[in-house]
Amino acid sequence: MAPAEVGSRRVARRSRRLREAGLGYLLVLPALSVFGVFVFYPFFRNFKLALYQSPPYPGLPSHYVGLHQVGQVLTSSNFLQSLVTTFLFVVLVVPAGLLVGLFLAVVAHRKLRGIAAYRVIFSSTVVTSVAVSALVFYSLMNPVVGLLPWLGISPHPPVLESTTWALPAVAIMAVWQFIGLSFIIMSAGLQSISEEVLEAARVDGASNWTVFWRVTVPLLSPTLFFGVVVATIYAFQTFGQIDILIGYQNAAYEHVNVLVYNIYTTLVYGENSGRAAVMSIALFLITLVLTLLQLRFIERRVQYAR
Amino acid sequence: MGEIVFSGVTKRYGNTVAVDHVTLTVFDGELLVLLGPSGCGKTTLLRLVAGLEDLDEGEISIGGKIVNDVEPKDRDIAMVFQSYALYPHLTVAKNIEFPLRQRGIPHDERQRRVQDVMSRVGIAELAGRKPGQLSGGQRQRVALARAIVRDPQAFLMDEPLSNLDAALRVQTRADIVSLQQRLETTTLYVTHDQVEAMTMGHRIAVVNHGEIQQVSPPQDAYDRPANTFVAGFLGSPGMNLLPAALGEQGPDAGVPSLVVSGGTIPLTPELGAVARTAARFKAGVRPESLSVDPDGSLEASVVIVEALGAEALVICELPDHTQVVVRQDADRHRPGIGETLRIRVDPVGVHLFDAETGLRIEDR
Repeated sequence: MAPAEVGSRRVARRSRRLREAGLGYLLVLPALSVFGVFVFYPFFRNFKLALYQSPPYPGLPSHYVGLHQVGQVLTSSNFLQSLVTTFLFVVLVVPAGLLVGLFLAVVAHRKLRGIAAYRVIFSSTVVTSVAVSALVFYSLMNPVVGLLPWLGISPHPPVLESTTWALPAVAIMAVWQFIGLSFIIMSAGLQSISEEVLEAARVDGASNWTVFWRVTVPLLSPTLFFGVVVATIYAFQTFGQIDILIGYQNAAYEHVNVLVYNIYTTLVYGENSGRAAVMSIALFLITLVLTLLQLRFIERRVQYAR
Repeated sequence: MGEIVFSGVTKRYGNTVAVDHVTLTVFDGELLVLLGPSGCGKTTLLRLVAGLEDLDEGEISIGGKIVNDVEPKDRDIAMVFQSYALYPHLTVAKNIEFPLRQRGIPHDERQRRVQDVMSRVGIAELAGRKPGQLSGGQRQRVALARAIVRDPQAFLMDEPLSNLDAALRVQTRADIVSLQQRLETTTLYVTHDQVEAMTMGHRIAVVNHGEIQQVSPPQDAYDRPANTFVAGFLGSPGMNLLPAALGEQGPDAGVPSLVVSGGTIPLTPELGAVARTAARFKAGVRPESLSVDPDGSLEASVVIVEALGAEALVICELPDHTQVVVRQDADRHRPGIGETLRIRVDPVGVHLFDAETGLRIEDR
C-alpha cells in the first residue's frame, strides 16, 4: 500500500469521526438548552444572588456584600427555627411514610386473586397531584365540615391554625402522599428477595415473625436505606401541601415554615432575593450530602446481589 | 429418625393436578429418590412434605405423626434447595447456626455443633465468609451443613447437585451417599438425572404426571420396568418400544414369536406362554439386547450413527418408521447412513407390555 493511500484513509476516518461527533452534539443540543435555561443558569445565578444584599425597601438597587450576609442569614433565628421545623417535619414524615409503605407492600406481596387492584390503589398517590390531594385534606381538616367535627371533636383553634397541630397535620398529608412511592420502593425490594431463602428459613424453624425480622428486613436493608434517603429529600422539598393547607396568612405559619417554604416567602413576600439565595444554597448542600449517602448505599446494594 | 408416609395425597393448582393420589412410604433411614421429567410433580411432593405447599387430599405423616396442619418450622425436617437458599446477609457459620438458634439451643452447644459439622463437610476455613464470596460447590456444602447440623427426622433434597459442574457432581454425589449412610437419616431426594437416581437411591420412585409409576430398587426398575413410561425413561437411551402382534402358529409350532414391522421378535418359552393370553403388545428391547447381524430377524435402515467412544449407537428405522436404537461396541464395523441391515434380537432381553394400558406383562 502506498503511503499516500494510507494517509488519505486516515484523513477520511478522521473526518467521519468528526461528522459523527458533530451529529451527536447537535442531537444533545435541544435538551441541553432547555436544561441550561431552566436549571443550570438559575443554579449558577443563585450563587451570584447570594453575594448581593437586597435593599430594605423594594425598588432600591441591591449592593454587593460578598460572603458578608451568608453568616448573618445562617445564624439568624428565622433560619435556625426554620431548620428545626424542617428536621421536625422530616422526623414526622420519613419513618411513618416508610413504615406504612412497607406494611402495605408486605400485605400486598402475596399471590391472591385481585391483589393487583390493591397494588394499583396503594401506589396511586404517586400520580395524584399535590394540589388536588391538598384540597381534599383541607376539606377533611376543615373546622366546620371536616372529619373532626363529624366525629364530634372541635378543637380550638382549628387544627390547621393551631401552632401545635398544624405541622403534624401537614405531615399526615405528606405521609399519605408519599405512601405510593414508598409502597413501590418496598414492593420492588421484597420482590428482589429470593422466595427460596424465605422458605429455607421457615423449614429451618423460624416463625413468620422471625422470618420477617431476621431474614426479610436484613435483606431489605439496602432498600430501606434507599427509602430513607428518598423520603428525606421528599420531606425536605415539601412545598405545595404547606402552601395550600397553611399559607403565609395563617396564624400557625411560623410553626410550619420549613426551609423550602421560608425561601419562597422570603423571596415573594419579603422581596429579599439575597437572603433567599443563601438559604437555597444551604438547602442544596443538605440535599447534596443526602444524595451522596444514597450513592454509597446503592453500592452496598450491589454487594448484596449474588 | 422417622419414616415418611404419603397416603392418597393429591395437590391441584387450579385445574392442573400436580400430584395425583400418591401413596408411598419412605422407610426409616432410607434414601429414596424421586425421579421423573421436569414438571412431573416430584418437587411438589417434596414441598408437600416440607409444608411449603398445602395438600388438597390425603395425609402425610413424618415419624408416625400426621403433619397435614403442622407448620414447616414444627415438622422437624431439613431441606437442601436447588439454589441452596443460603442467607446472603449471614456468614457461613451463622447460616449453619440459624436452625439451631430457632430451636433455642444454648450458645455453647450451638458453637460446638457448628464447628463439628463444618469440619465434617470440609468448610471449616470458610466460617467467616458470606455466601456471595463462595463458589458453587462451597455453597452446596454450606447448604448441606445447615441441613445436617440439626439432626432432623428427615432430609429433603431438591436437585441439590444440578448447579454443579460434572466433576464436582460426581464427587458430591458420593459424599452425600456416605453422609447419609453414616447418619442413617431418612432422605427424600428429588432429581431428574437418572444416573444420580441409579447410583444414590436405596429405592427409586419414578414419577410422571403426578403419579408414581414404579417404586423399586434402581436395578429392578431398570431390569423389570413396570410400564412403558419407566421402560422409556430409564436408560440412556431408553428401551426401544415396538408395536407387536402375536405371530401365526401352527399346532406343532414351538416357541411363539412376535410380528413387528420389518420382521419378527423371538420370545423365550416362558414369555411365549404368557404372550398367548393377548393378541397385541408393545414389545420392549433395550439397545444392548440388539445387535447388527446378517442372520437377524428384523430388517431396518440406518438413520444415523452416534459414536460415543467405547461404543456406538446405531439408530435405525423400521418400515413403519418406528425408530430402533442398537448399541454396539466401537470396534465393530460401523454401518453407513441409509444402509439396510438386519438386527438380531436377544430373546432374554424382550419385555412385553399391554398395548392399551402400557403395563408390564410378567413372564413369571
